Formats: sequence, C-alpha cells, structure tokens
Amino acid sequence: MTHLPLYQQLLDTCAALLLLLSFAMLSQRRVVTLVNLYAVQGAVLAAATLLLAWRTGEGHLYLSAALTLALKVAFLPWLLHRLIRRLEVYWDTEPLLNVSGTMLVGLVIVVFAFALAQPITLLASTATRSAVGIAVSVVLLAFLMMITRRKAMSQVIGFLSMENGVFFGAMSASYGMPMVVELGVALDVLVAVLVLGVFFFQIRERFESLDLHHLEALKEHE
Amino acid sequence: MLLVGCIALLLGWAGIGLAGLLRPRSVFFTGRILFPLGALLGLALAALGAVSLVGGGIERLVLPIGLPGLPMHLRLDPLSSVFLVLLGASSGGISLFAGGYFRAGEGTAPGLLCLQYHLFLASMGWVLIADDAYSFLVAWELMALSSYFLVVTQHRIPEIRRAGFLYLLMAHVGAICLLLCFGVLQGGSWLFTFHAMRAAHLSPGWASAAFLLALVGFGAKAGLVPLHVWLPEAHPAAPSPVSALMSGVMLKTAVYGMLRVGLDLLGRPLWWWGLVPLILGLFTIFYGVLFAAVQTDMKRLLAYSSVENIGIVFTGIGLTIVFAGSGMRVVAALALLATLYHCLNHAFMKSLLFLGTGSVLHATGERNLGRLGGLIHRMPWVAWLTLIGTLAIAGLPPLNGFVSEWLLLQSFLFADHLPHAFVNLLIPMGMALVALGAALAGYVMVKFYGVIFLGQPREASLVHAHDCGWLERIGLAWLALGCLALGLAPVQVIGALSAVTAQLIGAVVPQASAHWWLLAPVPGRPVSYGPVVFLTATLAVVLLTALLVRLTYRQRVRRAPAWDCGFGALTPRMQDTAEGFGQPIRHLFQSFFDIERELPAPADRAPRYRIAIRERIWKLLYEPLSGAVERLANTAARLQQGRISVYLLYSFATLLVLLTVALLS
Repeated sequence: MTHLPLYQQLLDTCAALLLLLSFAMLSQRRVVTLVNLYAVQGAVLAAATLLLAWRTGEGHLYLSAALTLALKVAFLPWLLHRLIRRLEVYWDTEPLLNVSGTMLVGLVIVVFAFALAQPITLLASTATRSAVGIAVSVVLLAFLMMITRRKAMSQVIGFLSMENGVFFGAMSASYGMPMVVELGVALDVLVAVLVLGVFFFQIRERFESLDLHHLEALKEHE
Repeated sequence: MLLVGCIALLLGWAGIGLAGLLRPRSVFFTGRILFPLGALLGLALAALGAVSLVGGGIERLVLPIGLPGLPMHLRLDPLSSVFLVLLGASSGGISLFAGGYFRAGEGTAPGLLCLQYHLFLASMGWVLIADDAYSFLVAWELMALSSYFLVVTQHRIPEIRRAGFLYLLMAHVGAICLLLCFGVLQGGSWLFTFHAMRAAHLSPGWASAAFLLALVGFGAKAGLVPLHVWLPEAHPAAPSPVSALMSGVMLKTAVYGMLRVGLDLLGRPLWWWGLVPLILGLFTIFYGVLFAAVQTDMKRLLAYSSVENIGIVFTGIGLTIVFAGSGMRVVAALALLATLYHCLNHAFMKSLLFLGTGSVLHATGERNLGRLGGLIHRMPWVAWLTLIGTLAIAGLPPLNGFVSEWLLLQSFLFADHLPHAFVNLLIPMGMALVALGAALAGYVMVKFYGVIFLGQPREASLVHAHDCGWLERIGLAWLALGCLALGLAPVQVIGALSAVTAQLIGAVVPQASAHWWLLAPVPGRPVSYGPVVFLTATLAVVLLTALLVRLTYRQRVRRAPAWDCGFGALTPRMQDTAEGFGQPIRHLFQSFFDIERELPAPADRAPRYRIAIRERIWKLLYEPLSGAVERLANTAARLQQGRISVYLLYSFATLLVLLTVALLS
C-alpha cells in the first residue's frame, strides 16, 4: 500500500466530504437544512482551497479561500435564511422523483462522472487525482437536484451548489482560475442570488406561492 | 471609367431617395423635382450601358468595403450592360410617370416612398454589376426588401399585407436557394468572387445541382410556374409605377441572374440542363395566358400576362442551353438573342400597360373590368398610348413583341438538327405551344383593351374620368416610343446584342443581309423581316382605304340605333363582360381552374351571379406544403412544456450527451 502525503490525504477527504454533502442535499427536503448544508459545503471548499494555497504557495489562492469563506459560508447563507424567513418557505413539497430513486440516479451519475474525468485525471497534476471526478459529480448532482425540486428556493440552492462544483473542479485541475475570472464568478453568483430573491417576491405576489408549477401557465398555448 | 460612372449614377439614385426625407410630406418636391431627376439618371444609365455594350469591353473594380477578406467586386460586361440599358431606359419612363402619379394621403408618405423607390432602383443596378456572391446577395436582398415596402404602401388594407407577406416569403425561399447555389459554385476554393467561380471545376453532379438551385432561386423571383404565386397577389397590391417596375424590370434581374449563372459562371453547360427551363417555360406560357384570359381584375390580368412572358424568356434560355450544350453555337446565339430581345421588349410594353392601368385606376378608382368601358373618349392619351403597348404584347408587327417571338420561333426550327434522339422530335412541338401562347395572348389583349377602353361606359360615374397629367403622358409616351423603336430597328438592336452572344456563347449570328432595314438572321434560310416595309405598306393600305371610304360614302352617313332584337331596353351593362369574354377559355380548359360558381335560381327575385376562379396549384402544392410545415412546427412546440424541471432536463440531457460524445471521441 502506497503512502500518500498528508496534504493529499486531506484534500481527498475534502473532496469526499463535498460529494457526501451533495448527496445529503439531494435527499434533504427541509429548506433551512439545505441552506446549512450549502454553508458547510462552502466551508469544506474554503478549507480545500486553503490547503492547496498552503501547498503551492500561490498568493491568489489565499485570497480566493477568504472570498469563498466570506461569500459562501457567511453572506449567502445569511441572505437565504433571511429570504426563507420572509417568504416562509421551510419545506419543499414532495420532489418529482422520490428520494431513493433520486439517490440511485445520482449513483449512476457519479459513476459516469468518474468515467468522464479519467482522461482529464491522467493529464492533471498528481495532487488532484480523484478531485476532478468529484467536481464533475458535484455539478451533475446539483443539476439533478434542480430538476427534481418543485420550489424555486431549492432550485436556487442547487444552482449555487453547481457553482461550488465548478469552482472545485477548476481549482483541483489547474490550481484555480485566474483571479479576474474568480472574482467575476463570485460577483455573478452574488448578483444572481439577489436578482432571484427579487424574482421570488414577484412570483409569490403573483401566484401567492413559490411552487413553480404555476409558471406552466406561461407557455404559449395547448 | 464607365463602371465608375455607373456607380456614381447608382449612388445618385440613393441620394435622391435620401433627399426625399428632407420634405417627406411634400408631393411637389418629390413628384416634380426628385422623380424627374431620378428619370434623368435612369436615362444617363441607359446611355452609359449602351456605350459599354457597343464597346463590348469588360471593366472591373474592387472597392475596399464589405467583408474582411472579401472586398466588393464590381464588373461591367456586355451582359450586365444590356440589363443596365433595360433598367435605365424603362425606369426613365416609369419615374417620370411616378412623378405625376403619387398623391398625398395614399398610404406611405411621398418622401418615404421616394426613398424606397430609388433604393429599389439602385439595388437593381447593383445586382447587375456585382461580381462576387456576397455583394450580389446583399443587393438582391436589398431589392427584395425595398420592393416589399413598396408593395405594402397601402399597408392598412389586410389583403395587401397578406400579399406582401407572400411576396417576402417567396423571395426568401428563392434567396436561400441562391445562397446554396453560390455555396456549391465556389467548388471547394472558398473564394466567393465570380472570377473564382468561373475558374472552379465542378463535377457534373455538383454543377447540375448548382444549376437547378439557381433555376429555383431565380425562378421564384421571375415567376416561373409553380413558383409564380406571389405575382398575381403582389402586382395588384402595389401602386402602378411599382407594379410596372417590378414586372418590367425586377423580373428581368432574375433572368439576368439565370443567364449569369447558367451560361457564365458554370462555363460549359450540359445540354440536358436546358430541358428543365424549356419545359417549365413552355408550361408557364400556357398556364399564364390561360389564367390571364379568365381574370376580371385588370392588374391581375397583367400579372398573369407577365407570368406568360417570363415563360417565353425561360423557354428561350432553355433552348439556348440545349443548343450551346450540343455544340450548335450559332443557333444558341440566335435563341439567346430572342431571349434578351424579349426581356427588353417586355420591360417596355408591360411597364406601359401597368402605367396605363394606373392612370385608369386613378381616374376611376376601379380595377374591376366589369365596371369600366368606353374610356377611350374620356382618356384619349392613355387609351392611344396603351394601345401601342397592347398591340406590342399581342405580338403584332411592326411592333417589338413580334420580333422577339419570331426570333424564338426561328430558333425552334433548328431543333431537328440536335444530335439527340427523341428530343429533336419533341422540341419542335414546343413551338406549337409558343404559337398557341402568342395567339391566346392576342385574345387576352383584345379583352384587356376592348373591355376597358372601347364600347360604352358600364358605370355612370365613368363620365367624370379625366385624362392623366403631363408628366404621366411623357412617361407613357417614352415607353410607347421604346416599343416602336425596338420594333422598327431590329437590325441595329441585334447588332448591339451580339456583344453578349459573343461573350456568353462565343458566337454571333451573322446578319446575312447588309441592308439596314431587312432582318435576315438565319444564314442559309430564306427568312427575313422588314418592319419598316411592313409599316409603310400597312400605313399605305389604311390611308388608301380611309380615303376611298371617305370619297365613296361621304354623303351617305346616317346614324341609327342598333337593333335590339325587339327588347327595347338595352343598357351599357349588357355589353360583353370580361367574364363573358373569358368564358370559352374557361370552358375549354376547365381542368386547369378551380372554379367556384354561384348561379341564381330561375325564380330568384334578386338574382346574383358570382364566380371565383382559383389556381389548383394552391390545393395541390401549397396547402399540403404549408400544412406539413405547420404540423412540424406543432411537433416542435411540444418541447415547450412550461415546466422548469423539463427545461432543466433538456439542458441536463444535452450536457450528458455532449460529455458522452467527448468521452467517446
């Protein structure tokens, strides 16, 4: 049995935690818990970034870790909690596909993601072997979550979680994106959440509910 | 140098159009200043084209505008010169007429109309001198769009909007075919200049594909059956000068394009290509003239007559290609001469007729033949000038229509020398169809002229009809003069057109006779035509007869009421109507028409007779086609579920598929 260096083991642990959290979000129906899970995911992501920064000594990765911590662990969860309180959506209704079924589909997706990541893993630096596969899995699982939920709130969290996956993938495959891009993406996420927040209020005002099936009436005609 | 002048004139047209926006509401400014100025530019363009044609040279110019890597190529050669002459000379008359025609308060403001009109003219000129596919198509689309806006001048009327849409639709279907055609023509070199296309060596299969695409693309613009459906809708919808321009000139740009692609860019054509336009052309002649015979709307009648004439032109193109592909160059040159000649003729005579109907429409407010009649007394200028156009289009000597049809029939006579079995037997039969078409065209024109101008006015309000103004008279007279000149000087016209046959076919028709007045185009055959002699003889006979009649019967003229079979209550409404005149044709060729008829019962107190004649082609071709498109669209619309989950699923599935493809490759 080969002995991996400590930082490698820590990084793999972070990756595994991210995947686990993704599955947890996929099965969770309480919106408040969903936000908490998202915050934890952000924290793990920040830890992984910090680890990588320490390992490589890249200055901008420290900044990126700090940004992640501030945005994804503190600000966005706070914003979402506030939204939940004001909109009073604590529970999502029954998902379109039941939880066990969703989990099974998720398993298949993870296998697919790892198969997909194989050629990339071969190219990537030794530090991040399994991480790319997990990053792709996180993206696809978040996508799956968006598909199966009915409430707009859960879909926004899915969207944010997807961004986490993309961020992790970029970081593990090439030690992070250029600073400008990272800042841009962070800003995008922030703006998206704010805009969607406004949107929620509009939807609720119109339909007195945040259930998205009301929007089906917007299609052209039968 | 000529090319630079030509560009300057086209820009001048565009400038005149823009000047119209300075005082968009002023009828005086646009009508009395800008439109006559545009007519002058047209005449200058015609003169320039004529000089270039006689010189026979080729000029090229590359302007540093356009796509990166593809600057705008322009070229002036004999083929474009002929069509520039056509555009300039006929638009001169039409613009003068238009100056007096457009009034205030009729749909689009005069200034805006002036802009659209002159952009239309400039874009047609640009099509003719474009020398790369990009600028050709840009000009082509500009032409389609500007003419669309002209068609929907009276856009408040729903029918006119519908006609405009149909026109736009057909124009775009054609443009797509042209786009594909040029895509094939570049032959893998990815150079889109016409020069590169001439040099490209296409395999016979691809060359045939390019030819057929061009035939569909240009055929849709020209009005070749079954792509003609927009013509009878758009021509009546447009104001008369616009109808004249579209029918007289724009259809010819499509003919120009067909000749350019078929005989120039494709190099040496295969002989069997010619059979397609030949057969379609012959069918178009017959179809167009039959429908013209049963129309009751005078502009619609003329539109179908345009379809018929386009049929004649495409028959000529078909013959040219069949002969050229079989190596019979001189005969091919003869057929090409007939084609070009007919284009010139049709530009003058059809514009003249459309403008004539415009004057009638303005004077009476009526397009329905059933409510006109006897206008020759109220509108002598319009009536007599229109008569020249009517006689010309009916193909009577010594006017111009006769010359081109005669040349076409002469070239048909050589088809038995073709080295292909059966074809050399079948093509001469087409000649019979052309002759039948010409005879029926005469019938149609008798109906057109007789019902509008002769007899008694069918409505009391027609008494107040007034003749047209002086600008309109000059415009009509110029076009009538063109008909006369083209009819009386065929030797000179053919001499000038020989530059084109030399360019495209590599042969000229030897004019066996050296006389300036005798046309004998066919070497070794004793056929000749002297229009001046014919005219002199006809005039002499007419004058002599008139003199004799005057001398003999002068003292014995008496006026008496016509015999009314003892009925005693004849009214002008009892004259032969347009429907009545067309009835024998409708009866003989019933299977061509989709007739819906409502006959009164014998005991009906308020009898009503109604007949609607539609084209079968709508039910046979276009309705199934549009139904299929709609079904397809509805199937695609099922993708639109309205559920966000489903939309996300689409993205998800697309992502997975793309990733799988990436994984496998």
